[in-house]
Amino acid sequence: MRRYIVKRLISLIPLLLGVSLVSFLIMHLAPGDPTAMLTDPSVKPEELLRLRQNWGLDRPLIVQYFYWLWHAIRFDFGTAYMLNRPVSAVIAERLPATLLLMGTSFAVTLLIAVPLGVLSAAKKKGWFDNLVTVISFAGMSIPSFWLALMLMLLFSVKLNLLPAGGMYDPSLQTPSFLKSAIDVALHMALPVATMVIVALAGITRYVRSSMLEALSQNYIKAARARGLFERTVIFKHALRNALLPLITLIGLSLPELFGGAFIVETIFAWPGMGRLGVAAVFSRNYPVIMGVVMFSAFLIVIGNLLADVCYALADPRIRYEKVQKK
Amino acid sequence: MKKFKKNKLALFGAAILLFMALAAAFAPALSPYDPNELGNTALEAPSAAHLLGTDDYGRDIFSRILFGARVSLTIGFVAVSISVLIGSLLGALAGYYGGAADSVIMRSVDVMLAFPSIFLILAVQAVLSPNIYNVMIVIGLTSWMGVARLVRGEFLSVKERPFVEALRCLGSSDIRIIFKHILPNSFAPVTVAATLGMAGAILTESALSFLGMGVQPPYASWGNMLQDSQAYLRLAPWMALVPGLFIFMTVLSIYFVGEGIRGASDPKEN
Amino acid sequence: MLEIRGLATYYYSDNETVKALDGASLSLGKGQMVGLSGASGCGKSTLGLSLMQLIEPPGKIVKGSIKLDGRQLLGLPKEEIRQLRGKSISMVFQDPFTTLNPVLTIGDQLSECLRHHFSMGRKEAKERAVEALAKVKINDPAKRYASYAHELSGGMRQRVMIAMAVLCGARYLIADEITSALDVISQRHIMLLLEELRTKEGLSVLLISHNRPLLARHCSRIYEMKDGKCLN
Repeated sequence: MRRYIVKRLISLIPLLLGVSLVSFLIMHLAPGDPTAMLTDPSVKPEELLRLRQNWGLDRPLIVQYFYWLWHAIRFDFGTAYMLNRPVSAVIAERLPATLLLMGTSFAVTLLIAVPLGVLSAAKKKGWFDNLVTVISFAGMSIPSFWLALMLMLLFSVKLNLLPAGGMYDPSLQTPSFLKSAIDVALHMALPVATMVIVALAGITRYVRSSMLEALSQNYIKAARARGLFERTVIFKHALRNALLPLITLIGLSLPELFGGAFIVETIFAWPGMGRLGVAAVFSRNYPVIMGVVMFSAFLIVIGNLLADVCYALADPRIRYEKVQKK
Repeated sequence: MKKFKKNKLALFGAAILLFMALAAAFAPALSPYDPNELGNTALEAPSAAHLLGTDDYGRDIFSRILFGARVSLTIGFVAVSISVLIGSLLGALAGYYGGAADSVIMRSVDVMLAFPSIFLILAVQAVLSPNIYNVMIVIGLTSWMGVARLVRGEFLSVKERPFVEALRCLGSSDIRIIFKHILPNSFAPVTVAATLGMAGAILTESALSFLGMGVQPPYASWGNMLQDSQAYLRLAPWMALVPGLFIFMTVLSIYFVGEGIRGASDPKEN
Repeated sequence: MLEIRGLATYYYSDNETVKALDGASLSLGKGQMVGLSGASGCGKSTLGLSLMQLIEPPGKIVKGSIKLDGRQLLGLPKEEIRQLRGKSISMVFQDPFTTLNPVLTIGDQLSECLRHHFSMGRKEAKERAVEALAKVKINDPAKRYASYAHELSGGMRQRVMIAMAVLCGARYLIADEITSALDVISQRHIMLLLEELRTKEGLSVLLISHNRPLLARHCSRIYEMKDGKCLN
């Protein structure tokens, strides 16, 4: 078990190096002065000179990469335009909002997808299964930003039930914790709904096929042969096996979750890292863009590692690696 | 092929796609108006004169949809072709040669998968300047990973089979073995992956255009039509409904067709 | 007494109907060990599964009679069939590596049977389960209770499966190629165990195997499966 974790940690290093390399290369796609990538070009000339030295900008590309890497390891991505603050500080401010959105969306998605997938698999090819399949396909085909607009149209504009954007109601004067929580929850409803509907399709299908796989195993036949209730067979024997691949799925879904969150944040003006990043794209605030790219990749890599560790803990075959004598 | 024909949804999807493709191809002939022509009647609801209404500049939405179909379908197709090309090649090399090549290529897959691709593409578009061509290329360059893994898997399982050994003994060059003998085996799963990829590419392009980093005005893309519609959500909801519906129908049809192909090529499916 | 008369089980597909069993008959008396042999894929397993009524679509038991101690099993409502499984008649399968749930401890799987069939409390179920493990000659049964399937050898796993099969009082055991995946020494141990259960506890065993010498050594009567029928 420990060996497994150590092995995974070691394999992280080339991965992170690769990520930093790709980010670095993107930055240098643009012709012109790379100083623009690291700070606002309108700063004082002494500042520019200091930057050149700090980031090795008059050195060959390879050397520049190492300077960049040296900074990246310490989460230093330069200084944001206009704001004149370190990029990492700006990102750190916005990150919790994004994580809240992503976390809630994923949790809700799982809460709905698991029962749907399990029931679909248990009654394969039944009317429920077919209905869920059709809805899944529909969900996968909806562009998330369009769904966001439609939901906004329905719930905010026409029905006036939910706020159309932002995270807080600015008119609330020093609200209590509960009032504040409800306020955030209301603001979160539409963004979360959008992300959930889009993600639901794929995850439901995944759960379904994972369950079908588990149900086709020999130990299910043996469990039925012992006269156990069908519901025990499904919910105890099959489900526990089917849930394991879900842990891996969490890791695999992270890139899409982030991507989805970025778009949803932009439409609903949710003050997260995604909205920051997209706004930075429009204002060509390069230090922030690169910071968001690197940081989200970093989080995804760490997330995958955590998922793998959880999987190793959950699967007794990996947790207890003892080899018995035959 | 027969199994595909039996799948009603797949046929339905194929019909819709064919219809879309034809509409796109004959857009100039079919559109009642010039898609970029500014009209007199802005924000007009669907009517006899304008089948799907007009937008904030008075442009006919139906015509814009037709031309937008051209853009979206072309970008989807080209992007997926690029990704399949790159993915198949890299997957084949990794699977066939193994060893260092395999390690490097698979690591690259892992690295590319660590980025949220939308944002990566946005970042690239911010650095370059967005236009139709680099949208296609960048989407292609960020979606080859799935195909690569797929093809690599195929190669790994086929590589050890006796017929490959036999071919080598007969003096076939590696390139010949790869392209003529092993690669064709993965045709079916790659085609399924390609359909999924095309659906994804269309969704990605529309998201990019929606955000303003894809197809630039005045060219119509279903995505950037949705961007324009945002400000007029209350006044002219059809501006938002129509392009979105078309994206939805197109992508859904592609998924149905893909499922049909998968079902038809899977020997286990009864 | 387990009596099968004229059992027919067919598998339906688009192209053809496979008549896996077509008028199969055999009898298994109390405390007997009876063998069923035949070529691979000729329907031996289908007979076992039909007895347990575990045949799933596209397969179907078409006609025939299965009498367990005089009681007709075919046509019983699903609930009653389910109650019979494990309690009156049970089955052990061929592959010991896939018939135990990998994420549950073997103790959990054993106790579960007891708690299900007899509404036993946890503690009592655990005690009985440990006893059962001892009965099938598992060393250190109390400790093994908490083991997972992957920590046991193939031979040990089959013993656990046999323990599970007889734990709830089943008098009739269908052993479908239970030694085919084991090495020769483990095979002997398992057969000795079955013999002991037969003589000491009156367990009746239908031993299904393609290994004719094995059947000859242990069975009082051997049926040969051919064309969906059993010949003596």
